[in-house]
Amino acid sequence: MTAVADRITGLAAALRAHGVRIGTGETVDAARAVEALGLADRELLREGLAATLLHGPGQRALFDAVFDLYFPRGIGGPEDAPRDRETLRDRLAEALAADDRALMARLAAEAVDGLGGYGSSPASDGWSAYQTLDRLRPQTLLARVRADIRGRAGGPGAGFADRLLDDEIRHRIEEFRRLVGAEARRRVAERRGRDEIARRAVRPTADRVDFLIADRDQLTELRRAVQPLARKLATRLAARRRRAARGTIDLRRTLRSSLSTGGVPMRPVLRRRRPVRPELVLLCDVSGSVSGFSDFTMLLVQALHDQFGKVRVFAFVNRLDEVTGLLGHGRADPDGLSARIRAEAVLTGWHGSSDYGVALGEFTERYGAAVGPRTTVFVLGDARTNMSDPNLPAVRELARRARRVHWLNPEPRDRWGTGDSAAPAYAELVRMHECRTARQLSALVAGLLPV
Amino acid sequence: MFTSVDDVSARLAGTGYLASPAVATTVFLAARLGKPLLVEGPAGVGKTELAKAVAQVTAARLVRLQCYEGVDESRALYEWNHAKQLLRISAGRDESWDETRTDIFSEEFLLPRPLLTAIRGEEPTVLLIDETDKADVEMEGLLLEVLSDFQITVPELGTVTATRRPFVVLTSNAGRELSEALRRRCLFLHIGFPEEELERRIVRLKVPGLGEALTASVVRVVGALRAMDLRKLPSVAETLDWARTLLALGADTLDENLVRDTLGVILKHQDDIQKAAAKLDLDAL
Ligand SMILES: Nc1ncnc2c1ncn2[C@@H]1O[C@H](COP(=O)(O)OP(=O)(O)OP(=O)(O)O)[C@@H](O)[C@H]1O
Ligand SMILES: [Mg+2]
Repeated sequence: MTAVADRITGLAAALRAHGVRIGTGETVDAARAVEALGLADRELLREGLAATLLHGPGQRALFDAVFDLYFPRGIGGPEDAPRDRETLRDRLAEALAADDRALMARLAAEAVDGLGGYGSSPASDGWSAYQTLDRLRPQTLLARVRADIRGRAGGPGAGFADRLLDDEIRHRIEEFRRLVGAEARRRVAERRGRDEIARRAVRPTADRVDFLIADRDQLTELRRAVQPLARKLATRLAARRRRAARGTIDLRRTLRSSLSTGGVPMRPVLRRRRPVRPELVLLCDVSGSVSGFSDFTMLLVQALHDQFGKVRVFAFVNRLDEVTGLLGHGRADPDGLSARIRAEAVLTGWHGSSDYGVALGEFTERYGAAVGPRTTVFVLGDARTNMSDPNLPAVRELARRARRVHWLNPEPRDRWGTGDSAAPAYAELVRMHECRTARQLSALVAGLLPV
Repeated sequence: MFTSVDDVSARLAGTGYLASPAVATTVFLAARLGKPLLVEGPAGVGKTELAKAVAQVTAARLVRLQCYEGVDESRALYEWNHAKQLLRISAGRDESWDETRTDIFSEEFLLPRPLLTAIRGEEPTVLLIDETDKADVEMEGLLLEVLSDFQITVPELGTVTATRRPFVVLTSNAGRELSEALRRRCLFLHIGFPEEELERRIVRLKVPGLGEALTASVVRVVGALRAMDLRKLPSVAETLDWARTLLALGADTLDENLVRDTLGVILKHQDDIQKAAAKLDLDAL
């Protein structure tokens, strides 16, 4: 049983390394859960440990990947498996057609074993999911699986749901790819140690991925997280607002109300803040390099719009245009946002790379009136001006008019000022914050947004 | 309460609740470890139903605290029956105030609310704290206290400690983020949309008249809708509504017209309906 205790401790430590907060109470509960459930059924164990160690749904994908390393499906590769590619593809096509998850898992193990091995030096990982999938090419089985399923259903008359078939098969293939990834990690962990692999090779939760290196799936996942994140932030903003409103005692009203108690001030009357909601202006660099970051932030602000009196959003590359309307209610198809902005707003002049100086100048000139003493301005971007003039006077003017200007920079702080980055110059005029991940962004938004 | 995870599944199924392995395991552990169970998930996936089913299979009394904005101690814990107290005061004019006071703050004038009821009960009890996210933050503090010690102090009467801890289920729709402290008290269970196979079984159980093939199609279409980016994704409740509608219409296969005419049963927003119709290649509505 101590071996199990070690595994639970290792699992908890790996999760902590990925930012999950787990205290000793949770580890004790986890151990009790294992005792109550036994080790015979791995899936029950998985659910039991998740129930005791996690406190929210956002961490489950991470948990599953780490669990697979500490409570692996088995040891070593499959025995006497046929290793040639064609046999594997044939059997995979059958498994996909039957949606047989157990068989898919077995085939993932055989595929990694047969196609995924490389390098025998002890320094190499030895197993690669990428290589496995590149050789096996499961995505090319789509047509074959489709034909197979239609054949089974007895001809094309399978009814309305038949039009869903392609997407369903794609999902199964996606699931198989995930299984291959998990299997390769398991094999690598046998060589390199599970502690190292659990930290290095498991994808972090989406909120901890650098905006600048996130891939398409991660960005999609982030966009899906906008609504829950906005709700969380709204709760925190409301708490700050309550605290701010509690504030000071209104002496005059306290005395007036004390007349009913013979002039003894029994109940202090608290001064109510006038419910003037703050105004927000967003200036977003949406050029390719930082568009993942600005898209996400725009969606987040849109989801929070009822926290503000007014929100206006401007996008730029080297020209600037207002896009508030494109974010509006009912139009919020988050996946299509950047395409819509690119199609409907004028963002570039005669070349396609960012020019902060020109864009900021255009803002103060054309939309200067959007900024007043109640406005908080957020500028989003990496401040890389492609060597052109940063137009510091425009930023100075912005800072003078606005209640506050914050610049959120998705680059790591140690890259500010390298190459064509004008970050240090801007940072002298307005407050610049490093904002690399959704987690950092939400901390900043919760702390910086006016209430 | 339960002998094994399978025992949980089997007994819940007996009441008409089909539990996924995650649900059955977590319920089993909550009973074993004596910890409250926090169930989160979208609307209509059976969170409330789960608590009811657990009460039923353990022959426990179900005590339900329905949370809403503004729910407070007097609704959750207890309240004094002021009207009755006043009557009592005016009835006993010749006794001393001390006597009256002792009397009107006694059991007879107490109105116990769900938390107190559940803590005091001698019989097995399932305490369902439903839609916890709708209550204000202050309420969470109160819950935290009650769920830590399982005792409640009524200043005029003293402290009541649970002789038999209730099985506690808190549900939340994540409308508001519950505090870390409250989460830490609980085992966590996220109920998402069910796997295809489980959802088919749920439909077969609840709408047995709908044929097997049609049930399968219904579940597939709902699954496809859930992969779309809609304002409100259809839940198990909507799947069941749709299945019942199709049964009432006497349908035996799904076709384009039928889907188009009944899409409003599954989707609640007009723009969702339009978007789904486009993605499903339905002719213009
Ligand atoms: N696993 C299941 N087995 C049987 N019935 C189920 C299951 N899941 C959901 N249902 C059915 O779905 C319907 C909705 O369930 P319920 O009201 O419990 O949802 P909920 O999660 O509490 O939703 P809300 O957040 O809106 O309160 C009920 O009719 C219930 O019977
Ligand atoms: Mg409910």
